Amino acid sequence: MATSPAPSTVHRAVIQVDGEQCRCEGDWTLNGIEALEAQPRAIHWPAGELRLDGSGIQAIDTTGALRLLNIVADLEQTGHSVHLVNLRPEHEALLDLVRERRASAGAAPPPPMARGALEWLGRWVGSHARHAIEFLAFIGEAAMALARLALRPGRFRWRALFGNIETAGVHALPIIALLSFMMGVVIAYQGGQQLKFYGANLFIVELVSLTMLRELAPLITAIIVAGRTGSSYTAQIGTMQITEEVDALRTIGIRPMDLLVLPKLLALTVVLPLLTTFADAVSVFGGMVLAQVMLDVSFSDFLDRFPRVVTPISFLLGIGKTPIFAAIIALVGCYQGFQVRGGADSVGRHTTISVVQSIFLVIAADALFSIILGGVGLWR
Amino acid sequence: MALSVNPADAVITVRDLRTEFGATVIHENLDLDIRRGEIVALVGGSGSGKTTLLRAIIMLLRPAAGSIHLFGQEIIGIGETAAFRLRRRFGMLFQQGALFSSLTVRENVAVPLREHTQLPRQRIVEIADLKIALAGLPADAGNRLPRELSGGMLKRAALARALALDPALLFLDEPTAGLDPVSAGAFDELVAQLKESLGLTVVMVTHDLDTLWSATDRVAFLGERRVIGYAPMRELTQAEHPLIRAYFEGPRGRAAREQACRAK
Repeated sequence: MATSPAPSTVHRAVIQVDGEQCRCEGDWTLNGIEALEAQPRAIHWPAGELRLDGSGIQAIDTTGALRLLNIVADLEQTGHSVHLVNLRPEHEALLDLVRERRASAGAAPPPPMARGALEWLGRWVGSHARHAIEFLAFIGEAAMALARLALRPGRFRWRALFGNIETAGVHALPIIALLSFMMGVVIAYQGGQQLKFYGANLFIVELVSLTMLRELAPLITAIIVAGRTGSSYTAQIGTMQITEEVDALRTIGIRPMDLLVLPKLLALTVVLPLLTTFADAVSVFGGMVLAQVMLDVSFSDFLDRFPRVVTPISFLLGIGKTPIFAAIIALVGCYQGFQVRGGADSVGRHTTISVVQSIFLVIAADALFSIILGGVGLWR
Repeated sequence: MALSVNPADAVITVRDLRTEFGATVIHENLDLDIRRGEIVALVGGSGSGKTTLLRAIIMLLRPAAGSIHLFGQEIIGIGETAAFRLRRRFGMLFQQGALFSSLTVRENVAVPLREHTQLPRQRIVEIADLKIALAGLPADAGNRLPRELSGGMLKRAALARALALDPALLFLDEPTAGLDPVSAGAFDELVAQLKESLGLTVVMVTHDLDTLWSATDRVAFLGERRVIGYAPMRELTQAEHPLIRAYFEGPRGRAAREQACRAK
């Protein structure tokens, strides 16, 4: 019963028509019928009643059987009456199986209805509004969990908190050092060109320090952390969602909010200000290096001027925003993780959404801060 | 306990196989022959390396030593193109189905066809629909995503994908686990029917005693890192080895045997 011979010994399926005699020959298998595709249309079938002799079929599989039945069906459509004869019993049995199952085979889906632009817009707005409300509800839930924690701090999962601080904070130090050093150099270089033109080289201190401390270091750190840590939060919770681990937690009586969200939220709120302070220092150092090399402002001149022009307020304004950024990143990351349904593609989609949304919200929040602080006269 | 099999009859020949994960040795000096046209089950206690053996045979895991012949061809150290050609000739049903979650059932079944043949799109859809019907799924299942299917339907959809290329050799990893008795029985019948009409060789890992009694030609018992018993079910349950006795002599084992004897 060699129904699927080795590819090297495949004889292609053919139909021989010799006057009134029609014969099927060769291997009616997946390998054999690939060659048959064009042939039936080119055959001149005799008119009227047809006897299709199957004794020459060497091997047949379900694909070949389907092809044969389809050829017969096409012939019957064009007014022939077809008899398949002289099939081997085992081939006959397979044809019967395929004939029976084919009757219950499904049809290809109807093409999706074209949607009008208005309907599309309506659905788009509707789904975004729903997500916005759900996200607000999620923030509320997290706040409730925090309140519960404040009442009963003994239940807090310290191990998870410190684990998160290590992965989100300590492990991020090298990349943050590298990027903020480069940002310091770039800003000093661009500004230095202009300052040199006016002979105001020493003002490089204000330029680099204030830009970095107040705006760029917090932003860059938040963006790196959103890409590095926020995405991993989404992927982790999303995968747990698929493998029903989140449901298992609920069944055991552990609130996913307490175990999965709060430690991450608190860890990031601790870590991000620290990372930003680190980025402040490294980026100002980058500016210092460039100032010495390009603008003849020595380290001692730089450090002498630094405390006179940079007030603690500037530093605190930069650092003060970062807990908000941290909350945005952690909440968006966790929320998107819980939105995962189904399978692997959903994890990927929500991880992307998580990073894009958290970066967008961080920058939007930063803009809001600038406006508010400007309004209360805290420019310097 | 290698059965002497005419090499022309053997679809799979495993000799002196050794697999290990780090310091843990899973198989040592394991021999196994699987003949064309038979349904063979691999059984054994948890951790006896049934799935590992299956993964070694289908080239997902590289053994530490030994040789495995598939269709007479050595697969250890096989080249990429030869492996690709060989993969066309067997199908695998994974334990959790492993359907691609972003594709519908019909698209899932069409993946191997698109990858391995040059058939036109319309033909591929036709063939995929037939395989879905062969696996016993209702007509509308083809349009659904895997996450919308129940456990039993998922298994059937995965079987349809494993059958996509009309393989001569089919591997099943716990095909009836998690199915209700009616679906499990229907699944056994389906595999037997496909074996009869297509001349399939089937290798399955299973713990389902009813399947072992009703659907298999031969059962290989894994224990002590090798095959310690390889015989038709009726003979295997008479074996003296303590591991085999412990496996089949429990209340479930005895109940299944009594039922099988009554049915005969």
